[in-house]
Amino acid sequence: MLTIADKVFNSRLFTGTGKFSSADIMEQALLASGSELVTVALKRVDLKDKEDDILSRLNYPQLNLLPNTSGVRNAKEAVFAAQMAREALETNWIKLEIHPDPKYLMPDPIETLKATEELAKLGFIVLPYIHADPVLCKHLENAGTAAVMPLGSPIGSNKGLKTIDFLEIIISQSNVPVIVDAGIGAPSDAAKAMEIGADAVLVNTAIAVSRDPVKMAEAFKIAVIAGRMAFEAKLGSINSYAVSSSPLTSFLDD
Amino acid sequence: MTDNFTTLFNTYNWEQTKQSIYEKTAEDVVRALGNNKRTLEDFKALISPAAAPYLEQMAQLSRQATLKRFGKVMQLYVPLYLSNECNNICTYCGFSLDNKVRRKTLSPIEIMQEVAVLKEMGYDHVLLVTGEANQTVHTEYFKAVLELLRPHFALISMEVQPLDTEDYEVLIPLGLNTVLVYQETYHREDYKKHHPKGKKSNFEYRLETPDRLGKAGVHKMGLGVLIGLEDWRTDSFFTAVHLGYLEKKYWQTKYSLSFPRLRPFSGGLEPKVEMSDRELVQLICAYRLLNEEVELSISTRESVVFRDHVIGLGITSMSAGSKTNPGGYAVEPESLEQFEICDERTPEEIKDMLKEKGYEAVWKDWDRLLQ
Repeated sequence: MLTIADKVFNSRLFTGTGKFSSADIMEQALLASGSELVTVALKRVDLKDKEDDILSRLNYPQLNLLPNTSGVRNAKEAVFAAQMAREALETNWIKLEIHPDPKYLMPDPIETLKATEELAKLGFIVLPYIHADPVLCKHLENAGTAAVMPLGSPIGSNKGLKTIDFLEIIISQSNVPVIVDAGIGAPSDAAKAMEIGADAVLVNTAIAVSRDPVKMAEAFKIAVIAGRMAFEAKLGSINSYAVSSSPLTSFLDD
Repeated sequence: MTDNFTTLFNTYNWEQTKQSIYEKTAEDVVRALGNNKRTLEDFKALISPAAAPYLEQMAQLSRQATLKRFGKVMQLYVPLYLSNECNNICTYCGFSLDNKVRRKTLSPIEIMQEVAVLKEMGYDHVLLVTGEANQTVHTEYFKAVLELLRPHFALISMEVQPLDTEDYEVLIPLGLNTVLVYQETYHREDYKKHHPKGKKSNFEYRLETPDRLGKAGVHKMGLGVLIGLEDWRTDSFFTAVHLGYLEKKYWQTKYSLSFPRLRPFSGGLEPKVEMSDRELVQLICAYRLLNEEVELSISTRESVVFRDHVIGLGITSMSAGSKTNPGGYAVEPESLEQFEICDERTPEEIKDMLKEKGYEAVWKDWDRLLQ
């Protein structure tokens, strides 16, 4: 089980709500995934309308909403968006996404750190989407983040864990949960992220754009469980060691 | 994340931990050797008796890892004992309050006499050492000493009584770069037995010193236990736990480890536990295999043969030409030593030995302008 802030999650697969061909498919896929945390882009939902096409499909007791600030370009806009979300959706959880670059949607580390500091002070449970930058992760911890969400590869790219070396460093030194976000394209990527010790993964595009999103959601569910089990069971070693012909410890026999 | 190490430490039980180390099997050791990233469980296997037949493999891997991270250089430092006054009773220490000997605290003039000799030896890194005598050797004294020494040394380390966070916050801007604070033993009850009197008898205050140092923003801190007081494997495991906790929490600080084995001194305690040279090599290699970045230091407590051979196995810094008495270099060479040293070679001789082994002696690894 995974704990973030004061919440316990049975599933380590977090999901998104974008890019589905219909609200119906989205709903079925989310249920098949077993996910208990679902991100919703503030820019896409009508906060005043309870019958909003997306929001109305997420009304299950096990589903926790994680509004995201996708679309904002700086800390000021992000704080404003988070406050709006808190009021409308009655949650102080916020996925902080600040990407001023419209092409690759690369997260802005400086504005993200600023916004995290401010939002944490305002009582938000902040989950920032960031590049796989180990030093930034430590600064975010000091700023009061509830978790870090480094990318595996560019958002929506399905390229998998291009940043794996840095994810490993982040995981090894983090005091908060590490959720690999963005770029996960296949269940095997999710399993790999879990095997190296990630606390959870967030998957959207890979599920939403597959030919059978419901089946794919289930595949991710199984992969995440398998990856976590492998991490807990400890993988066997893959490197071998050689013994040199000139021993280093023979002086101990003299 | 807890606010200090005590909370994490209290989740462990000494006897259960000890048992889990001694129960490790050859299979556990082989797995630990094969792993790329090693866990605390792997470390337990590597320090366990089951690892003894794998010492050569451990040494080879430790050497590779050390060369990869540190190259062929050796940091040199020298202790400067400022005072042998002490209000504590420590059953194993020559400075102990109940040891009836003449006490001395160096005056500014005497300190400068010592400094002149150390500079002549080539040193640019000095480790200040005192007992714990808060009425004479206190923060104000340390402030004065740092102001005196800063122009003469690139890097100043300190191994004195634990201080409060505010004291460290005052001393660090004055040039204090590194603080060594050894827990002596993580065995709570035995700790009390060995420190029956004085401020040092407060186990928790000592245990949380690295937290206070981290909060104060110290550049580097050194950890360790005094080997011989308790089961060295269990004590070393707790050192590793402590190191891991600190690295994650105070991530901008560098860390070093030392492994002082109890040495004879006048009227001293016989070690409860003997650690052989073979076991010390095992411990050095195990630390390196757990943590490729941590600096590992060896003092002149160890023999010439031992020091010469462990250089290639994981050690990255060493003292040389040490005196363990205040005024030992110039002012009062015959005053009370804290303990006897074993390797009495001069720094120049150590430098030559290192050169012969293909290593470079590094006398300066910091610049005071950076701080």
